[in-house]
Amino acid sequence: MIEYLARRLVYIVPLLFLVTLVTFSVALLLPGDPALAYIGEANMRDRVMYETMRKELGLDQPIPVQYAKWLGRVLRGDFGRSIRTREPALEGLLARFPVTLQLTTMAMAIALLIAVPVGIVSAVRPNSTADKAGTVLAMSGVAIPDFWLGIMLIYVFSVWLKVLPPSGYVPISQGLWPSFQSMLLPALALGMALAAVVMRQLRSALLEVLQQDYVRVARAKGLREALVVGRHALKNALIPVVTVIGLQMGRLFGGAVVVETIFALPGLGRLAADSIFFRDFPMLQGVVLILALAVLLANLVTDFLYALLDPRIRYR
Amino acid sequence: MEEPIVGWMRAILARALQTRGAGFGLLVVALVLFVALSADVIAPYNPNQAQPAGVLTAPALAHWLGTDQLGRDVLSRIIYGARTSVQAGVVSVGFALIAGLSIGLLAGYHGGWIDDALVLLVDALWSFPTLVLALAIAASLGPGLTNAMLAIGVVFTPIFARLVRGQTLSVRERDFVVAARALGAGPGRLMLRHIGPNVTAPIIVQTSLLVASAIVVEAALSFLGLGIEPPTASWGSMLKGGYQYMQQAPWLSFAPGTAIFVTVLAFNLLGDGLRRGLDPRLRQQGRS
Repeated sequence: MIEYLARRLVYIVPLLFLVTLVTFSVALLLPGDPALAYIGEANMRDRVMYETMRKELGLDQPIPVQYAKWLGRVLRGDFGRSIRTREPALEGLLARFPVTLQLTTMAMAIALLIAVPVGIVSAVRPNSTADKAGTVLAMSGVAIPDFWLGIMLIYVFSVWLKVLPPSGYVPISQGLWPSFQSMLLPALALGMALAAVVMRQLRSALLEVLQQDYVRVARAKGLREALVVGRHALKNALIPVVTVIGLQMGRLFGGAVVVETIFALPGLGRLAADSIFFRDFPMLQGVVLILALAVLLANLVTDFLYALLDPRIRYR
Repeated sequence: MEEPIVGWMRAILARALQTRGAGFGLLVVALVLFVALSADVIAPYNPNQAQPAGVLTAPALAHWLGTDQLGRDVLSRIIYGARTSVQAGVVSVGFALIAGLSIGLLAGYHGGWIDDALVLLVDALWSFPTLVLALAIAASLGPGLTNAMLAIGVVFTPIFARLVRGQTLSVRERDFVVAARALGAGPGRLMLRHIGPNVTAPIIVQTSLLVASAIVVEAALSFLGLGIEPPTASWGSMLKGGYQYMQQAPWLSFAPGTAIFVTVLAFNLLGDGLRRGLDPRLRQQGRS
């Protein structure tokens, strides 16, 4: 186990290097000149100012040198200054991170609240009406685009029923309930697809586990069905579910881009979209790198949990 | 040589269609393809023709799904939008398939440092949230359907690469590959003629599921303004336009959203059916 963890951590190093390389390259390829963006349209014709800015940003140097200097700064926590707001990019990123964290955490909580009970009922009573309803819910949840679900939720709960705000963000510091209300619809829109995936995975894993010998033995011993499922079967069926949740983190963070845009939430996802449209290179590099690191971390935690939960696993 | 393949495909399809869902999926996919191909003939109006006199009219006999903010017929735009979505789904997944198949076969067959390097590259791409990377690549290349398709193709490549590599690793030591190698087959022939055809089953399933995902990602890119350029119709850009008029004209959001939902559902159901058809273990489970 320790050897596996160590190997996994060592593997992260070249992976992180490549991730930073891709992040740097993507921002480098964006159309537009960062130096021009910094000095602004009013000073476009000022050649001296333009050259000074190019030098200041290091754009006059070869690309590998630019990358090495950028990486060095990033390692010290310096992502540069935002072209749009002129604030240090790291400050902007840190200010928006809690919004995305709250959104994705709530989305995951909603997903599990829907998926676990429905998945269990579907597996315990296969082909029943409840199972069929669960299957329809799961198929729909996978197929419905989160941004359309978001729009429909706004239409039903904000425009029609007028019970929840259509957009905007209330920080937790301004009250737990108003903050919860402002996040409920976006989290539901974002979490539905995850709920569907977890539901299907749990149903299929639980169905397989319920047919195994040790479950038959538990039943033969006269244990109540709730105990058989809850104490014996569910524990093993949850192992592949943990993996699926980990693998879905990328989708969750990606979905945050469009969901945050629809609900006007000042999170990292919306920041990514805004940075692209405003050609805010330093901010874009920062947000892409942070989201990639979050996915990498989620994958790492998933691997560790998987190894922890299933002692049979032998890593090659 | 052709007959066994046709027979195999027919058997898979017959097994896949044993569930009602897969049958529905195939029917809807066929319908969407038909609509996309015959848009010029079946669309009641020119999808880009603005009619300032008939702006935001509700669904009626003259315009079954109403008109949009420029007075364009929504049904005609949905019909033409199918062309954009199908094209985006098929071309981007086709690109990902070719790139992923090449990387996966090369990594799985050769092993060693080539495998290590390619796996590292694939894992690095896999580390980015799909939509964030697609958005960044599409923005780098500039707006437009071709660039959006390329961006989606790049972000989906790791999925095929991982799948094919895994399959190749398990197939490359099997007797028929060893025998072909012993008979003097080179690496190219071994990969394309012997290993390749034996990794197709999971690829077919993944292709169907990924076409569905690609349609959603293209719609999301169009929604964010990085997909197809106006005035060409696309379901994502229609949703973007409709979202701004949600209170006055909710049908503008319903129609394209429903089109995306039903199409994606159909591709997913077809993919699930194919998975059942190709995996006897799942066929048993499906019946239980």
